[in-house]
Amino acid sequence: MLRCGYALFWLLGSVLLICVVSPVKGEAVVTREGSHLKLSESSHSNESQHGHSSNITGIPIISFKWHHVETPYLVAFWVLVSFLGKLVIEANHHVTSVIPESALLICFGFILGGMIWAADKVQTFRLTPTVFFFYLLPQVILDAGYHMPNKLFFTNLGGILVHAVIGTCWNAASLGLSLWGCQMGGAMGDLDIGLLQYLLFGSLMAAVDPVAVIAVFEQVHVNDVLFIMVFGESLLNDGVTVVLFNVFDAFVSLGGPKIDAAEIIKGIVSFFVVAFGGSLVGLVFGLLISLLTRCTKNIQIIEPGFIFVLGYLSYLTAEMLSLSAILSIVFCGMCCQKYINANMDENSVQTVRYAMKAFANGSETIIFVFLGISAIDKVIWVWNTGFILLTLLFVLVYRFIGVFFLTWILNRYRLVPLEFVDQVIMSYGGLRGAVAYGLAVMLDENKIKEKNLMVCTTLIVVYFTVILQGITMKPLVMWLKVKRAAVTEVSLLEKLTNKMFNHTLVAIEDISGQIGHNYMRSKWKYFEENWMSWILMKPSARKKQDQVFDVFHQLNLKDAMEYVTEGERRGSLEFVRNENSIIDFKKKSESESFDINNANMSNDHGAMSTTSRDPIPSVSLEMHEQIMKAVREAEAINAHHLLDQHLYKSRKQHRHRFSRSHFDINRDEKEVQEIFQRTMRNRLKSFTSAKMGVKPPKTIVKHTQKEQQQKMPNGKSMDKAKTSYSGDEGSEGDSASGYDQSYMRATYRAGAGIENPAFMPDLDPMDLLQIPPWLGESELDSSMVALSHRAQVDLPRTPSNLRRLAPLRISTRSTDSFTLENIPDTQQMDSDQLQPPPPPPRPPRDDGYV
Amino acid sequence: MGSSSSSRNKIPNAQELMRQTGFSSAHLLRLHDRFESLDRDNRGYLSPDDFEALGGLAMNPIGGRIIEAFFSSGQDTVDFSSFVRILAHFRPTDRNRNKEGTQQELPSSRTRKLKFAFQLYDLDRDGKISREELLQVLRAMLGLQVTEEQLQSIAERAIQEADLDKDDAISFDEFKKSLEKMDIDTKMSVSFLK
Repeated sequence: MLRCGYALFWLLGSVLLICVVSPVKGEAVVTREGSHLKLSESSHSNESQHGHSSNITGIPIISFKWHHVETPYLVAFWVLVSFLGKLVIEANHHVTSVIPESALLICFGFILGGMIWAADKVQTFRLTPTVFFFYLLPQVILDAGYHMPNKLFFTNLGGILVHAVIGTCWNAASLGLSLWGCQMGGAMGDLDIGLLQYLLFGSLMAAVDPVAVIAVFEQVHVNDVLFIMVFGESLLNDGVTVVLFNVFDAFVSLGGPKIDAAEIIKGIVSFFVVAFGGSLVGLVFGLLISLLTRCTKNIQIIEPGFIFVLGYLSYLTAEMLSLSAILSIVFCGMCCQKYINANMDENSVQTVRYAMKAFANGSETIIFVFLGISAIDKVIWVWNTGFILLTLLFVLVYRFIGVFFLTWILNRYRLVPLEFVDQVIMSYGGLRGAVAYGLAVMLDENKIKEKNLMVCTTLIVVYFTVILQGITMKPLVMWLKVKRAAVTEVSLLEKLTNKMFNHTLVAIEDISGQIGHNYMRSKWKYFEENWMSWILMKPSARKKQDQVFDVFHQLNLKDAMEYVTEGERRGSLEFVRNENSIIDFKKKSESESFDINNANMSNDHGAMSTTSRDPIPSVSLEMHEQIMKAVREAEAINAHHLLDQHLYKSRKQHRHRFSRSHFDINRDEKEVQEIFQRTMRNRLKSFTSAKMGVKPPKTIVKHTQKEQQQKMPNGKSMDKAKTSYSGDEGSEGDSASGYDQSYMRATYRAGAGIENPAFMPDLDPMDLLQIPPWLGESELDSSMVALSHRAQVDLPRTPSNLRRLAPLRISTRSTDSFTLENIPDTQQMDSDQLQPPPPPPRPPRDDGYV
Repeated sequence: MGSSSSSRNKIPNAQELMRQTGFSSAHLLRLHDRFESLDRDNRGYLSPDDFEALGGLAMNPIGGRIIEAFFSSGQDTVDFSSFVRILAHFRPTDRNRNKEGTQQELPSSRTRKLKFAFQLYDLDRDGKISREELLQVLRAMLGLQVTEEQLQSIAERAIQEADLDKDDAISFDEFKKSLEKMDIDTKMSVSFLK
């Protein structure tokens, strides 16, 4: 163990400091380490006695306690080394586009292994079954299950199962029997392997490895059906492999003569128990996760933890019950994905996704690196040309035969048959990986004399499939012109039509009187929506599950992002201030106002369609852009100054910063309440002052609206704009009371970003006072009457547009108030629309006046 | 009655139908049985009521439209050959047959499938999916999950996506183009039992 540590330090030195590899005898390691790492001799002697320092004369100021931290240190260090390897490999895309990453990682492992070998002359690190099956594999598989395209998977479940069960059995049996036959025929010299041992070997070699398959196919982008066939098979055949392996292992222990029909039947029964039991455990845990995430409303930060912990527990539970652990964790992930994504907070969902990918990717990297490292070990290399080459040949040939035969049967029942090239890729994609290696290492040397030969052969098969087949996969896919996965953009019409097709197919199956796939699916969906969702989902999450709406939401988000990016690229968001956006407004509001029963609609429609349209389809952005514009116009410096001075200073702003359970800062009810009250007080004051003509007492708001208008260069026009706004040409008092209403609404809508909106209005008077430039100059030039028009034409529509996109709503100050106050206006303002496009609208400012 | 009709002779111009639709005679026989069991009064044709009697269709949000698709405009009955011709749209696309360049396009071809889907949207059969028509489909399928305003903006957006000539409606060509990448063959096919 000590030597491991030293070798490791040496590695650190050699990898990171790029030292020259110089083989030194094992005994010399200690001293060399000392020189490398500048360790004092005393610390060496200390730790060489496992920390029991016998000759300490005083209190050591520092002591070197390697054994104290050895294990976690090694783990962390290996993770780091693997990641660094990956980093280097991924740095060059020209290489990874030709050679798959998995192959490169294995080669990287070879190099590392070579270094360790050179240092120690013995392989101290290798992939042990315990580490692999308990710590590395579950993460990869959980990720696979969680990100499984469920619909695709279940649509092809029949084919996948046939390949996973029958195909794997076929592979195991044919390989075992053929090798045995060859040995009988004398093709591989003198080997002490019996028929049962051959079958055991066949069963461990039979399974297609999920890790290897993901790694290679991920980069090839074949079409969905092909991918799911290979990938699904690789996941589900685990049940078969485990059973076959256990059964033959037991048979080998029993010895040939003791095996009778009863044992064989037990073996077959155990297959069903293992496979279905494992899946069931997974389902139970999946439902448990869903239920738990349903109740995490108050402590959302731990949501992601549940998924990982319970997923891992499902794996361990299945392992404990000697059921198929892989199946368990796959089904756990598949079962819970829908519900947890709906139940959890958006941030948690992202966290889970990223963490899942990070873990899976890390595990995968480590697995491949260690597969490479394991190769550099003299002990396991027992060469037997006949055995190894024949195994390679049989593995490949029988895979092809199996796939073609099974697909031929399946194609008679498939709606869309798998094509010939698909079958070639499926056969060629039968990669063996770390699962086979892990099982081979688990063989008992006492029972199987040629264990090392088997391990060695397994490794060679793994290298052959992962490296050679992995590299040639892409060219082969290109050359055969396999249908690739279409890079689809999400399109609403497509999604909608898709949904319609589903309904149509169900209807057609109804009409043509057959209980088919679609019929079953619709029944399941019905059940799922009415029962499962009801139990497993938060009430609030249940509503938003429609796919079409999801796509709509996504598209809007995408637009918003593009929009901002584009704006920033051009330096500002000014480019949207064109006529189109105004016309677009009109049109949208028009389309909004029509009703189902409105028979005249088609006419209006035709008329509207003649107007040119804005290519930017996003709706809510208009509001946003106007806010942005206003900010820009209003001389940012002044605005900042004002904001600094007069914004409500949240006292508890930092309260939650160190909290482990909440990210949000300003969610305190009391604070919201306070803001509300202060605002109301101010409003009331301004109200009274407006009514009575009394100067208000000096408070936070030093200038009332009255004052503001008096001091304005030409008070009347602004006044007009404002009053026409509230649809009422009366006194300011009235308009002020109007505002009060709106503020009440805005504040009561407690939730998104209230703090600022409520206070904003107080700023505006100040704005007017202190920033004459944009008021006095730019505004005075343009006609003041036009302003009121603009206000009428543009603004009233934004809120309703905005409301369509609830998710995008930023802190849209007094949005609601606009809606309420101005919707009646919209109708009468329609006449204004026909006048020549007014100069750029500045609604947010008007907004401020309100 | 249904079980007795296992001879091909009972089906009028079976050869012709097989050629036009691509169904095998086994398929035709099965569908004929089905047709007869739907035709409860044994009239030799089906009326919309016969379809509506099917429980599943009543639950289907677009069941009404699909029933409508069986009845060419103006008629309220459908005989067996039309029935089969409509169902033929849902056969999986026959790759080999199309390559041979046979006399006519089978209903199961991609274009015909799309046309069928298009007509499910296009209620007034004017060759265009208008905003209102799209809205109706949306309303039927999304139901109460989404507010009316959201429905409208979804419809708006969907039209904008597909509408290339800016006439505020989706023509068949535009429809076809926007679904170019979709795997119609899988999504618009039912495996008919033999």
